[in-house]
Amino acid sequence: MKSQALLTVRKLEAWYGRSHILQGIDLEIHAGEIVCIIGRNGAGKTTTMRSIMGLMDKARGSVHFDGHSLLEMAPHRRYHLGLAYVFEERRIVPGLTVLENIRLGIIASRHRERERHIIDEIAETFPRLQERLSQMAATMSGGEQQMLAIARAMAADPKLIMLDEPSEGIMPVLVDEMFELFTKLKKAGKTLLLVEQNVELALSIADRAYIMDQGSMVHHAPAAELLKDQAIQERYCSV
Amino acid sequence: MELSFSLLVQQLFIGLALGSIYVLIGVGLSLIFGLLTVVNFAHGAFYMVGAYVAVYIFEKTGNFWACLVLVPLAVGALGLATERWLVRPLYGRGLDYPLLLTFGLAYVLVDSVRMIFGVQGEHFSTPELLQGTVDMGFGPFPIYRIFLVGLCATLLLALWLFIEKTRLGLIVRAGSRDPLVLKVLGIDVDRVWLLIFGIGTALAGLAGLLAAPLRGVNPEMGGPVLIEAFVITVIGGMGSLVGAIVAGLLVGVVVAMTTLFQPELAELSIFALMALVLIVRPNGLFGREGLMS
Repeated sequence: MKSQALLTVRKLEAWYGRSHILQGIDLEIHAGEIVCIIGRNGAGKTTTMRSIMGLMDKARGSVHFDGHSLLEMAPHRRYHLGLAYVFEERRIVPGLTVLENIRLGIIASRHRERERHIIDEIAETFPRLQERLSQMAATMSGGEQQMLAIARAMAADPKLIMLDEPSEGIMPVLVDEMFELFTKLKKAGKTLLLVEQNVELALSIADRAYIMDQGSMVHHAPAAELLKDQAIQERYCSV
Repeated sequence: MELSFSLLVQQLFIGLALGSIYVLIGVGLSLIFGLLTVVNFAHGAFYMVGAYVAVYIFEKTGNFWACLVLVPLAVGALGLATERWLVRPLYGRGLDYPLLLTFGLAYVLVDSVRMIFGVQGEHFSTPELLQGTVDMGFGPFPIYRIFLVGLCATLLLALWLFIEKTRLGLIVRAGSRDPLVLKVLGIDVDRVWLLIFGIGTALAGLAGLLAAPLRGVNPEMGGPVLIEAFVITVIGGMGSLVGAIVAGLLVGVVVAMTTLFQPELAELSIFALMALVLIVRPNGLFGREGLMS
């Protein structure tokens, strides 16, 4: 890749309270790519995403996104630069309807005057949500809530969407539907960073993959190459 | 004393008027706790400051309606400054830090008022237009108390519309459940907290003004009110707005009714009510589990 990277992470270290989780990682994502991070539980995959979003207690190193240095920037400002994050636990707000949850994604953005139009577009992309817009979000199934979390993160038209374990606890039919959506998003020019336990599925749609272990990036290769390399998959990804 | 139906109804209405003031205080305290998880021990002091600002403005202008507009603005501004420069640096350090800070701030406010206005207290008369009584079918009733109930109902309606129908209200509802998700959706949570603290303290200040003609004005007036406000939020459920409204009215009515039968037990009655509610519903009438955890 010769083009300027959309996201460049250099020597990033991060802490939760006093525990030093990230040990100085490098990561690069180019516009239009799907990149996935794989590794065992506790390898630091979620922490990597949280650090990029600005949710850690302390971080050191450098994170550049679309020409901006992020490290000192508040999370809400990172969102307005075009960075979206879908939590592993989804964080659908209980007590609000599906529509209200989606609106939260647009409410503070420059797109909010086009709210109605955006909701229509989202309803088209996510037919499962369309018929449930006025339903209380917390009463939906896990898979539908995951779709809602993704829809909410996409509402303000981000450049890079980070998805943390999107397939976890979701029935297979919906997982397939979701990964088809990811491929469609890529075709539409979106960039995705994916953390996923379902390694084969993730590698099958990704362009490149990073392998993490104990807070460091230990390997980095084209996804197609890793897909064939059973040895490395077993070494770093078997639970 | 002869008990008649009309006397009971009259006392019930007096209870609702008293309850209206409790509601304003309780809603403010509950908003601040529910969203910021700040146990605001200065809430009674803001109420007291509201009454003194009213005394000052009335002295200068002689206009009660000017007080009605300016008091919440002035006390709300004091609340904004408090949140921005005193409370905000303490977020993320646990409940006890802002609690101790506001506890100390209450003393500072009370002593400042003592230094400026003196310790003797002030009189605040009912505005002329609202003096006198009107017959509502069950005997004469003070106009000022009808005004209290009406004003409180109007304010609550406005607050409800704000929370249910506006963009900012949606952020407030979401923020009471999950502030973290707001941050990653581009919302500047600090500004929302600032606004909420301002609204909460403005309501406390307004309650101080409205209570002034009924209870008089003195530097210590915030003390018992703070306790009453906590009792109301505990009965209603910590952080629940509906709870604060129902509990505020309930406490007002219970106090008024106890006053009718056993005046010396009136103060005790609200604690008895609280104990009763907590036995039946440990989280309060409308409380959610786990808010403190």
